[in-house]
Amino acid sequence: MSSLTIADVERIAALAHLELTDDEKPLFTRQLADILNYAEQLQAVDTTGVPATAHVTAATGAERPDEPRPSLPVADALANAPDAAHDSGLFRVPRVIG
Amino acid sequence: MTLVDRTARDLRQDIAAGAISAVEACRATLDRMSSVNPALNAFNHVDGERALARAAAIDRQRAAGERLGPLAGVPIALKDNMCVRGMRTTASSKILDSFIPPYDATVVNRLESAGAVIVGKTNCDEFAMGSSNENSAYGPVHNPWNLDATPGGSSGGSAAAVAARCVPLAFGSDTGGSIRQPASFCGVVGLKPTYGRVSRYGLLAFASSLDQIGPFARTVGDAAIALSIIAGHDPNDATSATTDVIDYAAGLNGDIRGVRVGVPRAFVSEGVDHRVRTAFDAALATLRDRGATLVDIELPHAKFAIPVYYLIATAEASSNLARYDGVKYGYRSPAAKDGPLKTMYSRTRDEGFGAEVKRRIMLGTYVLSAGYYDAFYLKAQQVRTLVRRDYEQAFASVDVVAMPTSPVPPFKLGEKTADPLQMYLGDVFTVSVNLAGLPGVNIPCGLSEGLPIGFQLIGRMFDEATILRVADAFERATDWHTTTPPLE
Repeated sequence: MSSLTIADVERIAALAHLELTDDEKPLFTRQLADILNYAEQLQAVDTTGVPATAHVTAATGAERPDEPRPSLPVADALANAPDAAHDSGLFRVPRVIG
Repeated sequence: MTLVDRTARDLRQDIAAGAISAVEACRATLDRMSSVNPALNAFNHVDGERALARAAAIDRQRAAGERLGPLAGVPIALKDNMCVRGMRTTASSKILDSFIPPYDATVVNRLESAGAVIVGKTNCDEFAMGSSNENSAYGPVHNPWNLDATPGGSSGGSAAAVAARCVPLAFGSDTGGSIRQPASFCGVVGLKPTYGRVSRYGLLAFASSLDQIGPFARTVGDAAIALSIIAGHDPNDATSATTDVIDYAAGLNGDIRGVRVGVPRAFVSEGVDHRVRTAFDAALATLRDRGATLVDIELPHAKFAIPVYYLIATAEASSNLARYDGVKYGYRSPAAKDGPLKTMYSRTRDEGFGAEVKRRIMLGTYVLSAGYYDAFYLKAQQVRTLVRRDYEQAFASVDVVAMPTSPVPPFKLGEKTADPLQMYLGDVFTVSVNLAGLPGVNIPCGLSEGLPIGFQLIGRMFDEATILRVADAFERATDWHTTTPPLE
């Protein structure tokens, strides 16, 4: 049985860049524990020597000549930004160090 | 029969023959949408002006004697997770509420090149995560057959729009059943093509090893026409396949004599509602009457598909959704204007994502984290191999596999929202198909207490032709596709 704690949920939330509210923490702890307990049934499946499937198709035709192609114009790329310095063509973010 | 009841094939024929104009067809669709959508909430966005301009262009092409595309003048709708340049695209998420894509998805290019007229974007579960369309930031979609029931999810708006005669064709994405299950709940045809058959370029990514775009239609013939248009290799999607695209509609000859239909009796014996079982058994009898041979098969690992799916899909989602951080596009929390940056990220994501999306990001982050990767993620990938091998073995002796699409008929809105695990268990018959990368199609096969029931046909990789041929033969023998929801 999974023994997921609120501290575990806080740790995962930090990894995922999610600042959960105090209401969300106990709810997610319980719901995620339910799901993980359900997933425990996989431990009973014998997978000795079974390769992992990451993808069902062998990527064929994925290679192309390494030639420059036109990309999105800077103005288009910035058009959806919540805060952009359009003149200098940059995304603007709050200061990094608090 | 009014214009909105016509199939895409018939509409296109009449437009090409000049019996009706593309503008008339477009107006009929827009009128139908404004009369039924307030009750359904199937559309996040309608762009009548753009659609009418496109329709007028088709009429001019015809007047000038130009060659018309295979969907010339046919109104279509797209799930709101496919990018259309200049048209608001939200994935039904607050975090993308204001997003205007700067480019077209490949399917959009292909459909518009074929003459299709996009009338709007359909409501869905946020980032395609859900089985009831209740996870949308813009409210749930209501089932056209009963407004208190869910339309299924995640492509609930596309399914409801086709069932309610808004459009003859709509498009959705299917990561674990998100086309087939809402098609079943709304009584329409819904096709998930083989993984790699249709380019995912411009589809907002949920789980990249599972996502696939496909059509909703009222007939198998229309779904086949749509597939021939959207399928094919795309240099912008490295996972799109180079396998030849055929004229899928041309192969629908009604003849299924000798086709071997595999039925995983043990897998479908447990937990299936008696109304679904009755409809499924009747569907199998119809296929047998049409000359198909029913063969019992085993899929011993299919029962593990739900945990495998929810570990793999959430792991991939946690990575794909890392891009929503309030910097490049979409919502930014006003809370951390002065920093630090990390707080802006985490506030933006907590405020911008809904509960189910956060749950899945958390689960995916957990199973990929140090100490749990091998026990959960790697183990799930190994069992995924076993799920695939089961199908490979089955397809050595059968041509298609038949199963119910959903173990239950459409349920009531609100019935399952409190317990995410219970909601996940409803995906029991759809997720294994995505894990194995196979094509699957839902076909309506019954009505119970006024609500639709469907079943699915699953094929070998890249053998959409056979499942569509069997589905079409079933449709010819039944009249479920001609029944309409009592929506006025």
